[in-house]
Amino acid sequence: MQKVIETVLIGLSTGSIYALMSLAIVLVWRSTRVVNFAQAGQAMLSTYIGYEIATRSEVFWLGLVFAIAAGALIGAGVDYFFMRVLFKHATTGPAAVVAPVIATLGLLGLIRSAVGLIWGGDLRSIPAPVSRDGYTIGDTTLPFSPLNTLIIVSVCLVLIAISILFTRTNLGLALRASAYAPEIAQLAGIKTAQTRTIGWAIAGGVGGIAGMLITSYNFLSPNSLDLLLVFGFIAAVIGGLESMVGSVVGALILGVGLTFILNYVGTSLTFISGFLVLIVVLLVKPEGILGSRKGRRA
Amino acid sequence: MSGLVVNRLSVSHGAISALRDVSFTVEPGQLAAVIGSNGAGKTTLLRTLSGLKDASSGNAEWNGREMLGAKPDVLVRRGISHVSEGKSVIPELTVKENLVLGGIWRANKSDTNAAIAEVVELFPRLGERMGQDADTLSGGERQMLAIGRALVSRPKLLLLDEPSLGLAPLVIEQIFETIDKLRHKLGLTVVLVEQNAMSALEIADTGVIINLGEVVASGKASDLINDPALRAAYLGY
Repeated sequence: MQKVIETVLIGLSTGSIYALMSLAIVLVWRSTRVVNFAQAGQAMLSTYIGYEIATRSEVFWLGLVFAIAAGALIGAGVDYFFMRVLFKHATTGPAAVVAPVIATLGLLGLIRSAVGLIWGGDLRSIPAPVSRDGYTIGDTTLPFSPLNTLIIVSVCLVLIAISILFTRTNLGLALRASAYAPEIAQLAGIKTAQTRTIGWAIAGGVGGIAGMLITSYNFLSPNSLDLLLVFGFIAAVIGGLESMVGSVVGALILGVGLTFILNYVGTSLTFISGFLVLIVVLLVKPEGILGSRKGRRA
Repeated sequence: MSGLVVNRLSVSHGAISALRDVSFTVEPGQLAAVIGSNGAGKTTLLRTLSGLKDASSGNAEWNGREMLGAKPDVLVRRGISHVSEGKSVIPELTVKENLVLGGIWRANKSDTNAAIAEVVELFPRLGERMGQDADTLSGGERQMLAIGRALVSRPKLLLLDEPSLGLAPLVIEQIFETIDKLRHKLGLTVVLVEQNAMSALEIADTGVIINLGEVVASGKASDLINDPALRAAYLGY
């Protein structure tokens, strides 16, 4: 029984980080209809910047702040310098659907190579802000540590902040309106292009948090966030790609599910299981578990 | 000159010419009905005036200031509001959010709230449904919401694209009555694009008849209604 509870807790902690990545993917998808595979690269680059600050200052939190800021700037830059140009030149025909996705994949490769050139391929670690040693109860040490608690709490805070932003502020309303009906938003006086860039910046900042948190738990290398991207994307699909709540629920389900497989079946099946879940969801419930109730546009 | 002056406006969709040398004027506080069949270029005209579409030549002035080349978000700030075709509300947002959207460009939130209160006074039914998603509204209510959203920006020039589209005849009558009442009460200048020629001309001061992208007749609405040749050719009876 204890093992089950531990597995659930670890799963929730892992799932929380997936949730941040899937949230970043959903944020961009909702506002631009682009599945941003470069998100992993953006998050990785921001994490390297956060890593530099955190190791030099020996303050994790300062590194986190810089990673968020860098993530937001990179996100805004990607939209401003790449996506706006791309959308200007590829708005019609079959290329319009595929081009942005391919472009984000290309960008992922580009960022990864640039990071490799600057920092090399060594594994690096960030000093964790709190202990990575599991809690002890009596004589037993649990695999669940204060760091896991911190991860879950920070992810909850981020989610609350984002939902307040989206439902209570004019910026949130502008972001939603621009995503749902860009033309009406424009006629209402919203600068939709700028609003979209802000959406990319928020997604980038969230990606930066995900990168820093997972790295405090793991190692950082130019490829270390690839798995996070894959699971974040699967979680977003489970949630229906459209819904922020759905993506978080999807991520938690995926995190717990994969941790169960890891603890009870073995490491070798974890990766494959993620894809199996993706295939099953696409076959059985392509609109996602919380897919938009109105089955809105593809 | 004050009011709306459209001068030799031409617009094309790629190689296809949608509007050719369209000219007309609307005096401040007047309602001009732009009439024409499907594909005549009426919607293109409004989209060009509100900055959604680029013109290929000509110009259009509102109160002496060039409108063409400005983006919609700039024109809204100059008091020009466009209610696009087909009940232009965002169904995923609540009625309240749709209305707030109309004043979202204002720095001052209390101005928006005051404007929303005025709109609710004009359309009490919207007030009863503030918390509902806009997609739960009936067709007529949605059109009221679309117009209400535009009014929250306190426009001086209102561009209305086929407000009667897809509505039942009784509701259409109400919508036209409302538009007529509103523009007198608020002193609005209105360009009303309609296929529903007679209903539109009945509340209009002037009319512009467009066919295949060109103005074929314009003048006082009452004169257009009484011209037998125009009635037969363009007004459908």
